[in-house]
Amino acid sequence: MSETVKFTIDGKECTAVKGQLLIDAAADNGIYIPLLCHMRDLVPAGSCRICTCKVNGRYMSACTTPVEPGMNIESNTAELNDIRKAIVEMLFVEGNHFCPSCEKSGNCDLQALGYKYQMMVPRFPYAFERRELEASTPKIFLEKNRCIFCKRCVRLIKDEQGRSIFAFKGRGKTLEINIDKKLAANMSDDLTMKAMNACPVGAILKKEVGFINSIGTRKYDKEPIGSDIEKIHQ
Amino acid sequence: MKDKILSIVENYERDPGRLMDILLDVQKAFGCVSCEAIGLIASELKISEVDVVQTRSFYHFFTKEPVGKYAVYLNNSVVSGFFGMKEVADEFEKQTGIKFGQKTADGLISLHYTACIGMSDQEPAALINSVVFTELNREKVRKIVADMREGKAVEAMFSQYGDGVNAHPLVKSMVKNNIRKTGKVTLGEYTPGKGLAKALNMESKAIIQEVKDSNLRGRGGAGFPTGMKWDFCARENDSKYVLCNADEGEPGTFKDRVLLTERAAMMFEGMTIAGYAIGAKEGVLYLRQEYVYLKNYVENVLVELRNKNLLGKNILGKGFDFDIRVQFGAGAYVCGEESALIESAEGKRGEPRNRPPFPVQKGYKNKPTIVNNVETYCSAVKIIENGAAWYKAMGTTESAGTKLLSISGDCKNPGVYEIEWGMTIAEMLEMVGATDVQAVQVAGPSGICIPPAQFNRKIAIEDLPTGGSMIVIGKNRDLLKDVVLNFMEFFEDESCGSCVTCRSFNMILRKQIEKVVEGHGIKTDIENMTAWSEIIRKTTRCGLGQTSSNPITTTIKNFRELYDKRVKDVDYQSDFDMHKAVAESCEVVGRIPNIHE
Ligand SMILES: Cc1cc2nc3c(=O)[nH]c(=O)nc-3n(C[C@H](O)[C@H](O)[C@H](O)COP(=O)(O)O)c2cc1C
Ligand code: SF4
Repeated sequence: MSETVKFTIDGKECTAVKGQLLIDAAADNGIYIPLLCHMRDLVPAGSCRICTCKVNGRYMSACTTPVEPGMNIESNTAELNDIRKAIVEMLFVEGNHFCPSCEKSGNCDLQALGYKYQMMVPRFPYAFERRELEASTPKIFLEKNRCIFCKRCVRLIKDEQGRSIFAFKGRGKTLEINIDKKLAANMSDDLTMKAMNACPVGAILKKEVGFINSIGTRKYDKEPIGSDIEKIHQ
Repeated sequence: MKDKILSIVENYERDPGRLMDILLDVQKAFGCVSCEAIGLIASELKISEVDVVQTRSFYHFFTKEPVGKYAVYLNNSVVSGFFGMKEVADEFEKQTGIKFGQKTADGLISLHYTACIGMSDQEPAALINSVVFTELNREKVRKIVADMREGKAVEAMFSQYGDGVNAHPLVKSMVKNNIRKTGKVTLGEYTPGKGLAKALNMESKAIIQEVKDSNLRGRGGAGFPTGMKWDFCARENDSKYVLCNADEGEPGTFKDRVLLTERAAMMFEGMTIAGYAIGAKEGVLYLRQEYVYLKNYVENVLVELRNKNLLGKNILGKGFDFDIRVQFGAGAYVCGEESALIESAEGKRGEPRNRPPFPVQKGYKNKPTIVNNVETYCSAVKIIENGAAWYKAMGTTESAGTKLLSISGDCKNPGVYEIEWGMTIAEMLEMVGATDVQAVQVAGPSGICIPPAQFNRKIAIEDLPTGGSMIVIGKNRDLLKDVVLNFMEFFEDESCGSCVTCRSFNMILRKQIEKVVEGHGIKTDIENMTAWSEIIRKTTRCGLGQTSSNPITTTIKNFRELYDKRVKDVDYQSDFDMHKAVAESCEVVGRIPNIHE
């Protein structure tokens, strides 16, 4: 059933099970393609676009592209890295991100990518959108200023009957993340932690705990984002 | 309220897949979908409230607060702007004493703007409680508002109806067809049932082969070979669906409106032939909310087709069952994108899907599905009737057959023209009576803006492809302000918001072009817009993001001098406008800002 396929990423020969998503296949071959919305085993969202690669010359998001035999993939190129940097910058100007006062600082994927791409000053004008902090549910602070619309919580966090606790509201520039107050009232601590950990930024925070990891022990204090993957095959 | 909502939900068998219809009915019954209604719907459908809100908040015509007893939706598209939309809006505001976006204190009237409603040949146009009002001016607005104050029914505010089916007792609309040129295919002679009768005597494979041989390519804009699409879908081994895309949201397009009015039976016949060819039993017509004035008529056409045994069980005694339902949208351009259309028809927010899988593999209800444009289905009927060779004899080698153009803007005879592919822009302008032309916007905002030097180019898939929108822009227009800025505002509003780049770049680009239009732009802004447009084009999921920067990039390319004239040759200019920033507070304290430039 599972057929093995060969393909190349930036010239490096890789193998994977046919149909595996490129982004996971790359990771299994020790190649880090940056990501914000993707999570293994969840339906791909394909929304942050930061994993955009050139697949046989065409721009595709690695998290939505199944690998096929003989694919020729470019990922670590100056052009693509600049696009990725631009996307990080764009997220910084679109939302309101104040890293020094954010509990997720040091554990935040967006911040870590900002460092990875050595973002100094965003090239785009700030939007200064006014967004709300939703604190009326018992367990969660939903800090909408920081949401990057990765849909991880939307896809992952459901109640026992499979109903969504998080969903989008609006569209385009009015888009916001929304929490179901009724269902959120019954969230367990475990589910709350799961939601907080899934959030790549600091938009979902569990109440009554804070700054659990001290500086020096945070996820990206010692190694830049992606190092774990790149080490696999060295 | 509770009983009414329960009965609506009951009508759709408590199926969350019919959430669009449920919300449409609730909006119609109560003038809004309130929080209370959301709660009831969610508990009846056994889904969470945020999921109901997710759908409600995506669409333009669903509102949380009640709209006025008379809800005016004035079209603010480019062509409407050309022909006096500002005066019409001003008169509405004067007569009602409120601003757009507001409702009168007595709840009688609310004013809203909306994107192109498919009436670009008779602007300015508005929808009032779903009834279309065209060619508005100050005088007409005064009368309309007076009628509202008297409590007149909207339908009773006028008695002159348009031509053809527009005057049908089930339509009674003032909309005009403005059919200026008929060809041999979609607007030519049509005998209902002839194509279908022939098709049902053919092997389904032979039908697909005929469509392939005809070189018919999708008429919705993308130009994908229709026969190939049907073939892909026919090969799948599952129950299948035939969807018809009548979302017609590209500003400046209105040809599907005319087909829906004059050729509804033909479109359904095409869907039925397609159903037989790919092996589907069910079809869905996805019709944009703006055309809800055609609802009763179109549904009646379905009834008549069933009565004539051209639809339903055992069609024409050939043992083939096929039926069609109508699904209305609720105001979202992106739902014209085929996978967003499918999501919407399933009751969800109209967010385009990631591909693969393609709709022909997993489409409506995750079953193999073909989505085609209204005109594509109509063309297929004629191809089956008269054969591929007959069809291919028209048009160019790469673009076979005829194409409906919706031509609007600065010309004498705006309307619908059925032309053979291959006509040049110059010929087209001659045909519509356009002189003093500055530019032609080919294929709507997502298309390209071309200058006179390129008017010898051909309207054909291999040169200037178009889904039908052709906007003629006269020399007297401010291209950047009246056209480009308007288009960018459109995309900013219509992005589904899922991709980072489409969501924020369209906003950023709109701000940049606004900066240029307002005279604060500098040379680097032009370079930035070009470079940033590349990023959005390369990194978005669907065609909306891939083309939304076209208004800017194609005018920078073809009308660079307009930009150069407007920008300053300095290194830095803030887009921060002090006057604007302090205007509100100055008004409050009643003082004139003393800012020295
Ligand atoms: C943003 C966007 C809007 C679209 N709007 C329409 C539309 O209103 N009508 C249409 O037929 N196709 C529209 N399309 C194209 C459809 O995705 C699809 O290609 C088409 O319905 C296929 O039918 P066809 O092959 O018969 O043209 C749109 C595409 C995009 C990306
Ligand atoms: S390109 Fe724009 S409209 Fe299309 S999926 Fe992405 S965000 Fe939505």
